[in-house]
Amino acid sequence: MDLKPETLAEIEAAIPKYPEAQSAVMPLLHAIQKDQGAISNEAAEWVAEKLGIAPINVLSVVTFYPFFRQHKIGKRHIRVCRTLSCAMAGGAKVCDKMLQEFETELNAVSADGEVTIEFAECLASCGSAPVMLVDEDLHENLTVEKAKEICDKIKAEAKA
Amino acid sequence: MAVHPKEQRLILKYADEPGYTPHIDSYMEHGGYDMLKKAVTMEPQAIMDEVKKSTLRGRGGAGFPCGLKWSFVDRKSGKPIYLVCNCDESEPGTFKDRQIVHKDPHQLIEGIMISCFANNVAKAFIYIREEMPYGAKILDQAILEAKEKNFVGDNVLGSGYSCDIVVHRGAAAYICGEETGLIESLEGKRANPRIKPPYFPAVLGLYNCPTIVNNVETLCNAVHILDMGAEEFTKIGRPNNAGTRIWCVSGGVQRPGYYEVAGLTLGELVYDICGGPLPGRSIKAIIPGGSSMKILKNGERYKGKNPDGTDYNWGLEDIPLDYDGIAAAGSMSGSGGMMVLDDTVSIPAALANLMAFYSHESCGQCTPCREGSLWLKKITSRMVHGEARPEDVDLMLDVAGQIAGRTICAFGFAVAWPVQSYIAKFEDEFRKYAAHLSDPNADRQAIKELACNG
Repeated sequence: MDLKPETLAEIEAAIPKYPEAQSAVMPLLHAIQKDQGAISNEAAEWVAEKLGIAPINVLSVVTFYPFFRQHKIGKRHIRVCRTLSCAMAGGAKVCDKMLQEFETELNAVSADGEVTIEFAECLASCGSAPVMLVDEDLHENLTVEKAKEICDKIKAEAKA
Repeated sequence: MAVHPKEQRLILKYADEPGYTPHIDSYMEHGGYDMLKKAVTMEPQAIMDEVKKSTLRGRGGAGFPCGLKWSFVDRKSGKPIYLVCNCDESEPGTFKDRQIVHKDPHQLIEGIMISCFANNVAKAFIYIREEMPYGAKILDQAILEAKEKNFVGDNVLGSGYSCDIVVHRGAAAYICGEETGLIESLEGKRANPRIKPPYFPAVLGLYNCPTIVNNVETLCNAVHILDMGAEEFTKIGRPNNAGTRIWCVSGGVQRPGYYEVAGLTLGELVYDICGGPLPGRSIKAIIPGGSSMKILKNGERYKGKNPDGTDYNWGLEDIPLDYDGIAAAGSMSGSGGMMVLDDTVSIPAALANLMAFYSHESCGQCTPCREGSLWLKKITSRMVHGEARPEDVDLMLDVAGQIAGRTICAFGFAVAWPVQSYIAKFEDEFRKYAAHLSDPNADRQAIKELACNG
C-alpha cells in the first residue's frame, strides 16, 4: 500500500476517536478512496490488518455503501439528483445535457477519463432543485444552460 | 432572520442574518453557549425534567417525545451511555438539518453538550451523510473552536464534566437514517437495522451500551428549552405539538424553501408563505412529511372527532401544520419535508420515481422489503414506459401489503405507504395506465423524465 503521508496521518488520527477499532472502517475507507480513487482488495486487506478485523468485514462494508467503489471513476465525480423534487424541476434534462457534453453514458468513465456522471438519490437540497454534486461542490437551481456552463468550466479546468 | 412575516424563527433565528457566520464568535455574540454555562451549574436530572415538561417531540420522523426517550435510558447497567446526533438527513424532501449545520453549527454543538450533560454522556457522535462534505468540515472546525473555549472536551467550563464529540461520515446509504441501522454503521458494519426487542437503543445501542439517538433539530431545541423554560416552550404551537418546526417545501410552489413556523395551517404555509402554485397551475396533491408519508389529495375532505369531542371537517389547506393535525388527516408530519405536486404531475410517474429510490435504498436484510421494493420498481417502471399490464394495480397493492409490517424496521412502511395511498386516492390514473399499456393522452417524454429511473 502506497498511501500519501497525509492519508496515513488522517488514518492514524481517526482510529483513536472510537472506543472500538472496527468503527474506524468507514473513515479509513474514505481516506483511502480519496487517496487512490477506489478500494482495491489489497486496500481492504490493509484496513482489516490495521483494525484487527477480518478482510470480509471490510469488504462487506465496501459493497454495501453506494459511495465506496472497487473500480476507478473519472477524475471528476458528478452526481445529479434524480429523486422526486429534482425530477419535477427538470433533473433528467440536466443529466442528459451533462452526458451529451461529455459524450458519455451514465455510470461510465468518459472517453477522455475526465468525468463519471451518475444519478444520485436525494441530495437534501430539494428547495433549490434540481441540484448536483461535482465532487464536493453542490450546484443548485440548475437549468440546461447552467449545466452547460458547469461542463465548460470542468473542461477548462481539465486543460489547465 | 425570518424571510416571511408568518415565520416564527427560534432555531434559524440568526442563520440567514447578513454577516452571521458558522464561526464561534458569531454564535457567542448572539448569546451562544450561555445555556451550556447555565446547564453545567444545574442538576442533570433538572435538565431532563425540563425537557420532559417541554413535551418536545422528535423532529426526525416518528415524533416520539424526546424527554420520554431520554427517560428510557438504562442508567444502572454500569456501561457508558452514548449520544448520537442523527444528521443523516436523507428522507427525500427534507433539507432542514443542512441549514443548521452549514449556517449555525455551534447551536447544534451546544444542544448536544447540554443533552450529553443531562444524560451523563461522555462521548457523542454526529453521524452526517456523505453527500454533505462541507457540513462535516464545518462541524469538525466548530468542535475544534468549542474545544479551545472549553465548551467541549475535558472538564467543560471547570465543572468536572468531560465529553467529546466525534463527527462520523456516512457513505450514501439512506438506511443509516434509521437509528439502529445508524448504530450498526457507526460500529463499522453494514447498516442493517436491528430487531426490537431486544435492541432498543436506550438499553442495547452502540457497542451494546445505552444510547440516545436524536435528530439535529431536536437537539437544538434543548438550548431554547433551557433558555425560555419548559412552560414558555409549550406555549409555542398547539398543545402536544410544542415548539417551532422547520418545514422544507419543494416542488410546485412559487417560493420553495425552508420555513420555521408554529401554529399555522398547511394552507398558510403553502399558499401564503410559499406563494401557492406556479401561475396557471393548481395543486393536485401534497406529500406532507418526506417521501415515505401517505399523500394528501387536494379537494378531499378530512373528517373526524377532536380529542374534546367536537367534529373537524377540513380541506387540504385547513389541516393544522403539526404532528397531530397531519396525523388526523391520515398521514404524518415525518421529517417536515413537504413535496407539492401540481396538476402537471403524473401520479404513477411520481410513484415510479419513488419506487426507484426505495428499491435502491432497501438494505436487503428482510425478504419482503428487498424483493417487494424491486418488484414495485419494475411494475411502476413498466407502467410509465408503456408496458403496463391489466393486473398491475392489484399486483402493486398485493406486493405492498406483503411488505408493510413484515420487516425489521419501518422502511417497509416507507415503501408500502406511498403505493397504497397513491392508488387509494388516484386509482383512476393507475387504472388508465393498466388498461391501455400507458396513459394514452400522456406526454411520454415528460413522464419518462419525472420517473427518471433509467
